Amino acid sequence: MSALSIRNVWMEYTGQIVLERINLEIESGAFVAIVGPSGCGKTTFLRLLLGQERPTRGSIMLDGAPMPDEPGPDRGVVFQRYSVFPHLTVLGNVLLGAELAAAPLLGRLFGAPRRRAIDAARALLAEVGLAESEQKYPAQLSGGMQQRLALAQALICKPRVLLLDEPFGALDPGIRSEIHTLMRRLWRERGVTIVMVTHDLREAFFLGTRVVVLDRLRNRPEERQRYGATITQNIEVHRRRTPDADLESGRDDPARMDPTRRDDPVRQN
Amino acid sequence: MRRLINIQPGWLRWPLALLPFVLLALLYGIGATLRHAENPDDKVLPPLVAMVSAVERTALTPDKRTGEYVFWSDTGASLQRLAIGIGGAVAIALVFGLAIGLLPMVNALLAPLTTVLSMIPPMALLPILFIIFGLGELSKVVLIVVGVAPCLVRDLALAVGKLPREQIVKAQTLGASTWQVLLRIALPQALPRLIESLRLALGPAFLFLISAEAISAENGLGYRIFLVRRYLAMDVILPYVAWITLLAYLMDTALASISRRVFRWAHGAGHQG
Ligand SMILES: Nc1ncnc2c1ncn2[C@@H]1O[C@H](COP(=O)(O)OP(=O)(O)O)[C@@H](O)[C@H]1O
Ligand SMILES: [Mg+2]
Repeated sequence: MSALSIRNVWMEYTGQIVLERINLEIESGAFVAIVGPSGCGKTTFLRLLLGQERPTRGSIMLDGAPMPDEPGPDRGVVFQRYSVFPHLTVLGNVLLGAELAAAPLLGRLFGAPRRRAIDAARALLAEVGLAESEQKYPAQLSGGMQQRLALAQALICKPRVLLLDEPFGALDPGIRSEIHTLMRRLWRERGVTIVMVTHDLREAFFLGTRVVVLDRLRNRPEERQRYGATITQNIEVHRRRTPDADLESGRDDPARMDPTRRDDPVRQN
Repeated sequence: MRRLINIQPGWLRWPLALLPFVLLALLYGIGATLRHAENPDDKVLPPLVAMVSAVERTALTPDKRTGEYVFWSDTGASLQRLAIGIGGAVAIALVFGLAIGLLPMVNALLAPLTTVLSMIPPMALLPILFIIFGLGELSKVVLIVVGVAPCLVRDLALAVGKLPREQIVKAQTLGASTWQVLLRIALPQALPRLIESLRLALGPAFLFLISAEAISAENGLGYRIFLVRRYLAMDVILPYVAWITLLAYLMDTALASISRRVFRWAHGAGHQG
């Protein structure tokens, strides 16, 4: 569990201010949903948390220490696309994190350590409903299954913070509600702090303990370059992290494919 | 009437593929027969029997002077040069292509140089190679390397550079170092592409091989062709050309099938799922 503290962050690209005066405290174990109109800087904000980019001004602290300025294993991520590796099988994708950590030189495990890593990966795959697909390549999976895989792959490294950029935006509604249930369960069981960007308000309120709205306060064409988006609303959703709480049906069989909820394989190029 | 773009060959695929070959052979046969009827000593279009006996002479009978089977020792010498040359080019492509594609600093340093180098016509360098490396094996091999490597390097660097940024970031969030990103993410995804560009580079590689052998060698397929040209020995030249073509075709097919087998994910694994 980990707390994030974002203090007076500005983000400016040449000639354009994208984010300004962002102040946000994220308590440990929170599930923060970030919503806002398209192009307002949600992805940019996530890239800052990821360490992929540095804020022009301000600071971001993780558990009281400055955030490292490059991506690392303490912050996991799932993007809308390209989150899994097309050249690795489902099992290979989930194994990767363990292999990289244990084998700096070869990036591969052999023998007993490999068998142990495989056991751990299989347990996680079963949890996200991909046990039967472990030998498939991502291109053979549906969009929903690819995102489950991406979640498992990120979680095997036990990140302190999990960052999600519209992870379910491309999925059909039926598939999406199944994966929401899974997402909520994973969050509860693992106690990871989650920041998720979404454009779906229902999703934000269903999953989040806090919903943060990013928007531009000045949006006239001549003001666009000079004023960035900031946090316009920060809504606390009262939901405690209790295992027996609301809405769970108890049974969750996400691998089930219902013909009316078909989710065809995502084309990869 | 269906549109032409919708008409599939179906069972006609193989007959259609064979048709132009048969036509070409037929045309050659007619031409050879006509010329032979006119002048029994004609050398330009030798009949099939002449070519068969030429192959028998070079491939199945040992040379009187050296005791070697000329056809096979030529083939061996040429393939050895080709293998070393292509091997060198691939090694260079892997090192520099991956580094230029993945590391922004190396890209800034070497990408413009690579582009400029790839514009030099390799044949223009051949005299320089002969001067530096002498007339022996080395200059022929180096010509193949110089001719093939720049394209492979550029192609590989482009392919690695096109990997989605998300993948590189994702790998780092899984704890990957630069070396591990290179080894586990960039290299495996670059290999199928390397095989593709190698297939395209086979043609130029043979071109440089034959050219170097034509100018200076004691054996080799290109050497033989240019040697017997002096005697208008078309009965030797034509089988040699066919043999070179067959070798290149087999290499191309082998590379394609290796890629399909080893890199299943890169060849539409999704369609079977
Ligand atoms: N690397 C960049 N260079 C310049 N401008 C950028 C860059 N990345 C994003 N932007 C700009 O920042 C704004 C916000 O982009 P983004 O964060 O992707 O929005 P969102 O994810 O909310 O749709 C856009 O206007 C975009 O043009
Ligand atoms: Mg976005």
